[in-house]
Amino acid sequence: MTAREEILAAVRGALRDADRTEAAVPRGYRSATAPDVVELFAERVVDYRAGLTRCTTAELPGAIRAALGAARKVLVPEGFPVEIDGTAAAEAGTTAELAAFDAVVTTAALGIATTGTLVLDHGPGQGRRALSLVPDIHVCVLREDRIVPGVPQAVAALDPARPQTWISGPSATSDIELTRVEGVHGPRTLHVIVVAGPPSGRV
Amino acid sequence: MPAFPVAAREALADTQLRRNLAHATGTIRAKRAAVVGEVAEWEELRLAGAAIKDNTLRRLDEHLLTLEAALQARGATVHWARDAREACAVVAGIARDHGVDEVVKVKSMATQEIGLNEVLAEHGVTAWETDLAELIVQLGDDLPSHILVPAIHRNRAEIREIFRREMGAAGRPAPDGLTDDPAELAGAARLHLREKFLRAKMAVSGANFAVAESGTLVVVESEGNGRMCLTLPEVLVSVVGIEKVVPTWSDLDVFLQLLPRSSTGERMNPYTSAWSGVTPGDGPQEMHVVLLDNGRTRALADEVGRQALRCIRCSACLNVCPVYERTGGHAYGSVYPGPIGAILNPLLKGVGVDEQTDSLPYASSLCGACFEACPVRIDIPEVLVHLRSQVVDAHRGGAPKPEAVAMKAASWVLSDARRLGLAERGLGVANRALTRFGRRVLPGGRRALSRLPWPGSLWTDARDLPAPPRESFRSWWRKEKR
Ligand code: SF4
Repeated sequence: MTAREEILAAVRGALRDADRTEAAVPRGYRSATAPDVVELFAERVVDYRAGLTRCTTAELPGAIRAALGAARKVLVPEGFPVEIDGTAAAEAGTTAELAAFDAVVTTAALGIATTGTLVLDHGPGQGRRALSLVPDIHVCVLREDRIVPGVPQAVAALDPARPQTWISGPSATSDIELTRVEGVHGPRTLHVIVVAGPPSGRV
Repeated sequence: MPAFPVAAREALADTQLRRNLAHATGTIRAKRAAVVGEVAEWEELRLAGAAIKDNTLRRLDEHLLTLEAALQARGATVHWARDAREACAVVAGIARDHGVDEVVKVKSMATQEIGLNEVLAEHGVTAWETDLAELIVQLGDDLPSHILVPAIHRNRAEIREIFRREMGAAGRPAPDGLTDDPAELAGAARLHLREKFLRAKMAVSGANFAVAESGTLVVVESEGNGRMCLTLPEVLVSVVGIEKVVPTWSDLDVFLQLLPRSSTGERMNPYTSAWSGVTPGDGPQEMHVVLLDNGRTRALADEVGRQALRCIRCSACLNVCPVYERTGGHAYGSVYPGPIGAILNPLLKGVGVDEQTDSLPYASSLCGACFEACPVRIDIPEVLVHLRSQVVDAHRGGAPKPEAVAMKAASWVLSDARRLGLAERGLGVANRALTRFGRRVLPGGRRALSRLPWPGSLWTDARDLPAPPRESFRSWWRKEKR
């Protein structure tokens, strides 16, 4: 017998006497809502020691510039909706080339209020997964109407066929005497820009 | 590995370890309690988590086939491994096929369980652990002592020493003048490992969840080392225990709430990666998944013990366990320490096979704190008691164990009223002896012995022993009824 056949046979043997009817799964948690999702999201992002700016669509280019601070070499993925002066759009490039960038600017698929989480599904404006990982500063732009109350609403809205990266605060470790240190490998600085405005506005 | 009582005695003598552990578990407990308190539906989530996992386990064969088909449809190659040896051989074979002599690794219990690093080394392949704590453990040639914070037993000065002494031999050396400031230590690890991430052709991971319907694997982490391994190399191999399956993508809405809050006491862990097979132009273009049994079907066959396969490895049960808090993880002699280790190891390996494994179901006070903390409601005390009876059965006929002798003596005394009366009168003698050994009063007014002669000193050196009552209940009853 192959390993596959043997394992499946062992599973079936182990369950010989088991009742295979499905037990009901309580799903009331899915209807829980948050009162003001944008406020809560902003609060939780700050709690994670990420930077936060709230602005209008018109103020966005300035807000991005400010968030980038002294960063010189800035990566902007294809499909990012705002023109940023003096930056290179770098879709291509090897990992070593990525490492030469100071910062990356992306959008996100959605934000989760109760946990202050950004979810990237690596569509246009977000770049492939490595882009938001290798540079040390990540500036992420999210429109207010992309913020959902909780994890259940986020999971329901996402497509598992796409790769996903859920980001809650900057990279962090607590492995040394449980002292929290920002950043070991991922970006040590995360700045979130929440954009208010009509749902039809770009970004 | 020595049996738990022997290993525990050694650990208990290490006061530094006890202090580190008490601090760490206490800190995580408080954080966990705070973020769990925020979630009004917490109990319902626990029930949902347990129900989803139970439903999955009851039809595990069907879900595994669905998972296999979905992974294959998404361009991944699926391997099955009956045991550790087979799983390691698959990974080593893939490394050989690509001619690599090193791989980068995401922290994973499954690969530790199968001893993958050691086997790869035999094949001339170095496996680099990239989780900071695992790196500390690996460079220190040490063993992990906690599921979540494997280097919990090391303080910052020790970590600095390990980095200065060992990093050079493994790659980029620690910077000159490295201090024991945690931020500097983390910075040294960042530089040391980045060199490896940028160079590695192959990575090995586990998975926290495997979604059958969509073929999605999920890895939850904090540092970004996971994301590095999962996206930068060309080849990715994920070793996944067959109990990690959940049926549908939407089931994750339960576990992505339960896991981070139970584990690190955070609302959400910094990074969660989810991927379904190969994505053209993004991440590894060759993907392998090894579905691992290694005793899981044995555990599945145990009707009481089966629930242990619901475990999502959050480590909440470790942090609330009074036994773990004092002994640390090494005493359990396994990659799965603490309450979950005390049941999972005997379930995976079987009882009556070795003394060390058989000692684990006794490594508990049965206080029930682990059940209260467990996000998937595994009734660990129930499984412990069940396994104890299996251990006793397995040893029937051999030399009686001390606990069996004690139980027999107790049952001899308790089963006869006259004998019980005599034993109780013995308490009076004990009471008179009290005056000889420093007497104390416990909070609440109960008297206590604070210093007994050997062998009682083994107990009273570390704690007070409540004194037996002056008079037995039966003699009081006789007197009062007159
Ligand atoms: S048994 Fe429960 S509490 Fe312990 S690690 Fe597993 S899921 Fe967490």
